[in-house]
Amino acid sequence: MGMTLTEKILANHSGRDRVSPGDNVWVDVDVLMTHDVCGPPAIGIFKHQFGEDARVWDKEKLVIIPDHYIFTTDKYANRNVDILRAFAADQDLPYFYDVGTDSYKGVCHVALPEEGFTRPGEVLFGTDSHTCTAGAFGQFATGIGNTDAAFIMGTGKLWVKVPETMRFVFEGKKLPPYLMAKDIILQIIGDIGTDGATYRAMEFAGPGIKAFTMEDRMTLTNMAIEAGGKNGVVEPDEITEEYVRSRTNHPYTKVYSDPDAKYYSEHYYNIEEMVPMVAKPHSPDNKATVEEVEGTWLNRAYIGSCTGGKLSDFKAAAEILHGNKVKLDTYIVPATTEIARGLETETHFGIPLIEIFREAGCSIGNASCAACLGGPADTFGRLNSDEVCISSTNRNYPGRMGSKQAQVYLASPYSVAASAVTGVITDPRVFIQETVI
Amino acid sequence: MTQAKKPIKGKAFVLGKNIDTDQIIPAAHLVYSLEDPEERKFYGKYALSGVPAAESGLPKGNIPLTREGMTESEFAIIVASDNFGCGSSREHAPAALEIAGIKAIISPSYARIFYRNSVDGGFLIPFESVEDLSSRINTGDELEIDQENHLLKNLSQNTEYPIKPLGSVADIVHAGGIFEYARQNGMVPKRKPVTE
Repeated sequence: MGMTLTEKILANHSGRDRVSPGDNVWVDVDVLMTHDVCGPPAIGIFKHQFGEDARVWDKEKLVIIPDHYIFTTDKYANRNVDILRAFAADQDLPYFYDVGTDSYKGVCHVALPEEGFTRPGEVLFGTDSHTCTAGAFGQFATGIGNTDAAFIMGTGKLWVKVPETMRFVFEGKKLPPYLMAKDIILQIIGDIGTDGATYRAMEFAGPGIKAFTMEDRMTLTNMAIEAGGKNGVVEPDEITEEYVRSRTNHPYTKVYSDPDAKYYSEHYYNIEEMVPMVAKPHSPDNKATVEEVEGTWLNRAYIGSCTGGKLSDFKAAAEILHGNKVKLDTYIVPATTEIARGLETETHFGIPLIEIFREAGCSIGNASCAACLGGPADTFGRLNSDEVCISSTNRNYPGRMGSKQAQVYLASPYSVAASAVTGVITDPRVFIQETVI
Repeated sequence: MTQAKKPIKGKAFVLGKNIDTDQIIPAAHLVYSLEDPEERKFYGKYALSGVPAAESGLPKGNIPLTREGMTESEFAIIVASDNFGCGSSREHAPAALEIAGIKAIISPSYARIFYRNSVDGGFLIPFESVEDLSSRINTGDELEIDQENHLLKNLSQNTEYPIKPLGSVADIVHAGGIFEYARQNGMVPKRKPVTE
């Protein structure tokens, strides 16, 4: 019997020839990532457990990326960044992307690939549930808590229960021009539910996966957690290799699923036949086609986050916002500083994306998690009352983006931009004329 | 730290399904220190404050876990429907519940990171019930969890329900968390005495 990609990586990292779902194994960790919300308590536990003078197990493998509560006057939030800064200095950490410096990055899950930490065949843990994003690169990547992170800081190891794997097979050659990876993952989560992949790996595969860019794949694996998945993963190929090699010279070994690997279940989707989707309030699995909810009243639009704040997400939004004015308060938040620079250098019909957004009347924020998870009261774009928002982010549970009176519809950047222009939920096919049959 | 194998007694606090970590501890409150003895009390004050009022303390609703002006709850055992703790990886979620005074949770299913954090951090014990008990137990019922016999006893209604054995995490739960477990197994050195 063969093994899945996820099983193979866990076997390789636990010194075993093979593992099976349900096995508890101790794995060697290649990269540990933490940020300003969970880093300080993890550091506190590390010091408490290993001693004030303890050193981290391998400073080359610990990456600290403050991104959550950055542009705020909240004294506790700023104190937390100070704790990271002191720890990074004390431990002489080479990979600390400090606030207010040229090295500041923004959202960790997009910064990790940009900085070359998402490498095929490796094991990455992060103190954030969307750490599963890195599975797009053929890495085993999952979110953990502060205690587990502290344990890794001291030992370089963590126990993992080997998950069963659900396989999502994409058929078809290319994505229709109005469709984004976000629509596909919202469809999948809607089909299997927010606990449909609990304790399992979600492997995205099939001939259609070639139609997905690295950023598209990151959108798929990013939301594996919204179905309860332990990790999301895509086999590495030439698209992966091209991206990773442009970012790092670090060696890695690609790992693939065996043809006779055993899967918990297989699910087939023809990407050429799928349609724009939303998740209605208040759950990521509360699915509807955009067509079904078209005309729904809104007063806020938001494009940003690890899920929907990548350069390709803004290029998509700019296609629709070009030459139009928004009717909603529309917030644009690039995930990272590299993407923020991209908004100035990337063009659509010769116009920089940032100019298109300004002309359309959008508010543009600094690279960070911003209002995706609400945050302190002065967070850019936060829903502070009973707003009805369409958003390219990842969660819409009560209160996720701020006030629990607010309502959030999750959608692709195309659908968010189309809705921002009309003021009500709108199918992007209205704007992407050439595709209307 | 959770006590190994002893019966766990206390009042029930009942919730529905998909109680995510933003409802357990809203993100705006994640800024407080978990180490500072005074600051950490905020977590007890705000635990479950993100749950919409009508769904907080079922079946009646409109019951906060922690009363206005308090930092500890009168309730000790949460009874919830499926997928408790879904959403983010914040360990502040099980920590907040522990600080509020929650000793255990009874739910048919958990999101895996919340479950793992509860166990590895030794904050509280996440028991899996065989059936969804959230519509059979009322907020305020006196409960007793019999760990030896894998039973949840409702002393107010004189009923009892089976709960599942802890399985592969039992050793970590009974050690009191991953560090204590690792020390018992020689994976982490014994803690040095703290010198002032």
